[in-house]
Amino acid sequence: MTSMRYLPHTPEEIAAMLKAVEIDSLEGLFAHIPEDCRRKEALNIPEHLTEWELNDHMDELAGSMAVSPEYKVFMGAGSYEHYVPSVVSFLLGRSEFVTAYTPYQPELSQGTLQAIYEYQTLTSRLLGMEVANASQWDGASSLAEAMLMAIRISRKKAVAVSRAVHPLYRRVLETYFEPTDFEIRELPYLSDGTTDLSPLKDMDDLGGLAVQSPNFLGCMENLEDIAQTLQNQKALLVVGFSEPLAYGLYKNPGQCGADIACGEGQSLGIPRSFGGPGLGMFATKMKYVRNMPGRLVGQTVDLDGKRGHVLTLSTREQHIRREKATSNICTNNSLCALAAVMYMATLGGSGFKELAQLNYDRSEYLKNVLARAGFKLPFSQATFNEFVVEFPAGFKKTYQRLLQKKMIAGLPLVGFYPELKDHYLLCVTETITKADMDALVQEIKK
Amino acid sequence: MKETAGTTGLMFNEPLLWEKGKKGRTAFSLPRRDVKQQPVDENLKGSGPDFPDLSEVDIVRHYIRLSQWNFSVDSGMYPLGSCTMKYNPKTNERQAAQPGFALAHPLLPEPLSQGVLKLMSEMEQYLTEITGMDATTLQPAAGAQGELTGMLLFYAYHKSKGKPCSKILVPDTAHGTNPASASLCGYRSVLVKSNDRGVLSPQAVDEAMDEDTAGIMVTNPNTLGLFEENIKAVADIVHAKGGLVYGDGANMNAVMGIANMGDLGIDVLHLNLHKTFSSPHGGGGPGSGPVCVRKHLEPFLPVPRVVNKNGKYELAENFSDSIGKVHAFYGNVGVIIRAYSYILSMGPEGLKKASQLAVLNAAYIKENLKGTFHLPYDRPCMHECVFSDKLQEPYKVTTLDMVKRLMDYGFHPPTIYFPLVVSGAIMIEPTETESKEDIDLFIESLKAIAKEAQDQPELLHAAPRKTKRRRLDETSAARKPCLSG
Repeated sequence: MTSMRYLPHTPEEIAAMLKAVEIDSLEGLFAHIPEDCRRKEALNIPEHLTEWELNDHMDELAGSMAVSPEYKVFMGAGSYEHYVPSVVSFLLGRSEFVTAYTPYQPELSQGTLQAIYEYQTLTSRLLGMEVANASQWDGASSLAEAMLMAIRISRKKAVAVSRAVHPLYRRVLETYFEPTDFEIRELPYLSDGTTDLSPLKDMDDLGGLAVQSPNFLGCMENLEDIAQTLQNQKALLVVGFSEPLAYGLYKNPGQCGADIACGEGQSLGIPRSFGGPGLGMFATKMKYVRNMPGRLVGQTVDLDGKRGHVLTLSTREQHIRREKATSNICTNNSLCALAAVMYMATLGGSGFKELAQLNYDRSEYLKNVLARAGFKLPFSQATFNEFVVEFPAGFKKTYQRLLQKKMIAGLPLVGFYPELKDHYLLCVTETITKADMDALVQEIKK
Repeated sequence: MKETAGTTGLMFNEPLLWEKGKKGRTAFSLPRRDVKQQPVDENLKGSGPDFPDLSEVDIVRHYIRLSQWNFSVDSGMYPLGSCTMKYNPKTNERQAAQPGFALAHPLLPEPLSQGVLKLMSEMEQYLTEITGMDATTLQPAAGAQGELTGMLLFYAYHKSKGKPCSKILVPDTAHGTNPASASLCGYRSVLVKSNDRGVLSPQAVDEAMDEDTAGIMVTNPNTLGLFEENIKAVADIVHAKGGLVYGDGANMNAVMGIANMGDLGIDVLHLNLHKTFSSPHGGGGPGSGPVCVRKHLEPFLPVPRVVNKNGKYELAENFSDSIGKVHAFYGNVGVIIRAYSYILSMGPEGLKKASQLAVLNAAYIKENLKGTFHLPYDRPCMHECVFSDKLQEPYKVTTLDMVKRLMDYGFHPPTIYFPLVVSGAIMIEPTETESKEDIDLFIESLKAIAKEAQDQPELLHAAPRKTKRRRLDETSAARKPCLSG
């Protein structure tokens, strides 16, 4: 093998270094490992590829995927296609952000630290909450962390979760709760697509209630009513989301009385990448900050009195408190948080509102043409950029035919909600034009 | 001594985002409106977020200036112990950014996502082979979630045997995440002391291990940079009492092609793709924490699992013993693509060579700095070595002072005050991608600092001087938290 471009050592340097450590070969560096612990045979993985071969191989794999612009994907369900401005991708590629570690040494990490402080600030403003953490892994684990936090604060042992919360997030929550003695109770959804609160009257032992808005069915929950209903209970109101752009148009969780707002921030400038990495956005009230999981950046001054930023309140965290930590999370999803804050700053307050309105208008357009074409919209509640359509029985065939035409007509819901046979969740963002929607409806009607 | 990279440059000041901009500016190009504006439900309608309005130039200058306040692997040596800050190859970025991957929806029908499913399936095989285990899940989003997944597997395994346990053994050299992850599964951590050689002794494990203990969490090589030479005996003791052995693979960079974790008696192992497999750390994530297991734990792995049916890849849910899902979708695929690209670029010899050179670099540093700094465990090290500030104590100079001074020389500090078993620890992990001349300069710089500690300690107490900010007041940051502006 010719020398590998990431390994700078020449044979002469290796020889000199081995001599300095008084060992006669590279293999000799491992002589202190007991014989029966050493691997005898070579690794059985493919021979190394040149960059040329690697490009060909990866192009072939990537080329087999159904993505835009070739495919029109009318599917959201927790992963959204939004245009990522060139300025965001360009700035996000800066090596100084990409190849740095967690900012443990603040003097050498002021760039990351200020950026995360700004992310926390814009996230708090977007969600209407007092404090946001430096981000977590994704929407699903954030929901699980939020429910654990609600239990820590309330000291209760049961939580309630709406069935209209993303079904895959609920499954992650179940996994996190499995080894604990905490109970999860499900709340059904009503015929208008919002959560049925009536079972709550028999649940006075709840530590937390989780709803999602917009929910998985695309519907906005009546958050203020929910907060009102919970008023006389100890339970914390956890408002989840998978499409935070909606808060450019609708009231945010904080305004409606949420105690914790958490969800997936992928739609804010992060590519879908087959579902990850995403961005767990997590915010709460200041009175709960010491029970919050995850990293926090705070503002302070240096020895000269100049403004600077540091990681703070780390006594909640695993590297100090070990088994008594609020969570096992080590780092945040820093680069994704950076993408999100760059995206929010690029849009600005005015742009964020306009883009949200456009998402809404386009999806309302598709809703209206589908309704006019005679298809049923089963849920009457207001939506943002996603909605459910009930197609005639046997639509599966049409769906397959549309795939041939490179159109993905939403997500079939029956796998997640057995009662929603022939129901599809459709999504329209600013990347889908009127012409795309007209073509879809034309093809469906055929 | 050769001139070091550390210097002062023209560093710009830059205000906070909302201290810039003017209402009415934008940096975003909205698509042309082709549909009419629609009315919004008045009860639900909000007023939109209070974000500053900035132009594209405002945004660009802001982030370019911020980026210049950061130290990164691409600017210099970053020898953080246990973090494996190796070079992040640029071809990996090209591969992950391919539209076919970057734009792929996770719920695409399987026939339309064969490329990425094939990649994931092959990646599982490669990681299984590199660790010497039997099966792999790529789902955990980070090392800590890999640990949690590992503990959930322990829990599910013991439950299936009808033997719930309440305790877990954790060595005193372990990362803090180990006990934190275990306690999420209801396990109480029992501390096991390492011996005077810095490793676990079979006796200590034998004394602590009982039937109510789910197993042990071991990092091998451990956080002192030492190979756990008794690992097989330790595993036998734990297995004999019905327990399982968890391997924290944070330090896998030392043993690729050198040791099989499966052969050492490890039952579950997590990897950090952002350490060993070169995906960038991103200033603290995203990472990826795949978990590799032996045969007897495979039925419990998270779902869906990628299966190959007659050459077609599918996502299968039908594993009734599975612990469920730890990620909404399939893990941090964008990170997995980078690591896959790295493994293919390196090949079997390249990976082994990487481990060899990582160990050579660390051994060379250890050899050259012992005497200058106190070396608490003078034994052959793996990919990192741990010193302390004991020799500098007479001059009232601490580890913190010395590493802050190292910044002025143009290096990122090593990990400090960890592992906890060494007081004033300085934990150096150079990785294989640092060249001999950079390592030599690093050694010379540390020697110069040790001399300064003796002759001009005030220089160290006041360090750093050349950075954007001097030492920051962390105490008042925590006492009066200001977490948003």
